[in-house]
Amino acid sequence: MKHDFLDRYSRRDSLIHRQSAGLKLTGALVVVLVTVIMPRTAWTFFGVTGLILVGLAGLSRLPALFLLRRMLTLEPVVLGVAILSLLQPGGGVIFAGILAKGTLCLFTMILLANTTPFAALLAVLRRLRCPAILVTTLALMYRYLFVLVEETERMNRARRSRTFRRQRWWEWKTLAGVIGQLFVRSTERAERIYSAMCARGWK
Amino acid sequence: MHIPDGFLDAKTAITSAVLAGGGVGVALSQVRRHLVRRKVPLLGLAAAFIFAAQMLNFPVMGGTSGHLIGGVLAAVLLGPSAAVIALTCVLVVQCFLFADGGVTALGANVLNMAVIHPVIGYGIYRLIRHRLTGQRGMIVAAAFASWCATVLAAMVCAGELAFSGTISWGIAFPAMTNVHLLIGLGEGLITALVITAIARVRPELVAESLQPTIARRSGEFVGLGLLVALGLVIFVAPFACPWPDGLEKVAERFGVKSVATMLPAPLADYQVPGLKSAVATTAIAGAIGTIMALGLALLLARILVPKQTDETRFS
Repeated sequence: MKHDFLDRYSRRDSLIHRQSAGLKLTGALVVVLVTVIMPRTAWTFFGVTGLILVGLAGLSRLPALFLLRRMLTLEPVVLGVAILSLLQPGGGVIFAGILAKGTLCLFTMILLANTTPFAALLAVLRRLRCPAILVTTLALMYRYLFVLVEETERMNRARRSRTFRRQRWWEWKTLAGVIGQLFVRSTERAERIYSAMCARGWK
Repeated sequence: MHIPDGFLDAKTAITSAVLAGGGVGVALSQVRRHLVRRKVPLLGLAAAFIFAAQMLNFPVMGGTSGHLIGGVLAAVLLGPSAAVIALTCVLVVQCFLFADGGVTALGANVLNMAVIHPVIGYGIYRLIRHRLTGQRGMIVAAAFASWCATVLAAMVCAGELAFSGTISWGIAFPAMTNVHLLIGLGEGLITALVITAIARVRPELVAESLQPTIARRSGEFVGLGLLVALGLVIFVAPFACPWPDGLEKVAERFGVKSVATMLPAPLADYQVPGLKSAVATTAIAGAIGTIMALGLALLLARILVPKQTDETRFS
């Protein structure tokens, strides 16, 4: 199962991976903020930032193909919204500007996500006195995200191998059944987790 | 509907972040006060559930597919405050772990999908549930509320893009709304189907969220509702009213430099029949669309629940 499909590189070892999570988070936020605030025609700035980011990506020793594939899956979202701006007068400049900004920020966030374990980011949040219930929810969500995704895929596979009819209505109904079942299982799992947490002396 | 980085300017990003922060703050204080301790793990699991459910694609037309947003579904199953928190967590994880949706646009995304979607949806859900009981009522309410919430969230999203000067309202509004009129139908259908499926297996999971303490919830609801209204007023109202944007050109033509002086009152003297009728057309089309969506929700309830099984009451 490839359930760790998206953050499997965050626990590797490299110069970038070894930096503290707080530093990387701050750095990424600064890059994103400055990029967003820059005027839409700051081409030299975009170019320099892009080069620095590529350099950092090289230092992090993440596979280039993986990074490229992540960019390609997420770029259509940027492109889709940006295309709308072409339809207005003077849209060409706006389009190019947003596209550059969107791509740079996307690359920054992909680098951050793949060089920093999520748990380390949560620790930063906790240190910043983020509300405890939010951090707990995020931590539990991250812990069980892959479990539930895998469970969903298993149920979906079982459904596909049993339903031969290619009728849309039928497909929707069975998929809704899968989602409903997933929720029921989530609540049951939550109750077991609560018992386990209490048994280990939670609060 | 995830806005990436670079599409919102500073004022929009900050305004929406403040509103979203307020919404999440109200939800957090409500949850801290009212959530039973045993339900704390459920929040995390529910967030993971919504994330997983969003990954399932539904076949729509001609090879395209859509997926669930899940705001109304979460609000019906968990209550509005818990839904706001669960969806916020989904968006935060999508942003930081998957780079889906921008960091600077996180406030706007939370406002649209984690605050407006569940809160508006839940409000409409409750409103209809007061009138229609039984399983049919539940289906009508869930389907119609999901549709409304999705369309409204898309409108606010268009408003935010226009407010930043990225995409003008005249383009953003029809593009976002028209697409989401259809996506909303899918969202409504799937929400209703999922709630029906859960009610069939574990009816108490659906009934539970309905019964406890409507009075207690109303307080939290007022707070969240006010924030949603504020969001609508800031991001949609200035465009939906017939003065700025397209009118700026009209204003320039008449030699009025500042838009601020173009209040609706002098508009009557300028006589812009085309513009006025465009607004009226939009309003009429919107009303017809809403009535049709309600009709479809009623039809769906009739298809899903045969007459005799409607005896089993949920509330």
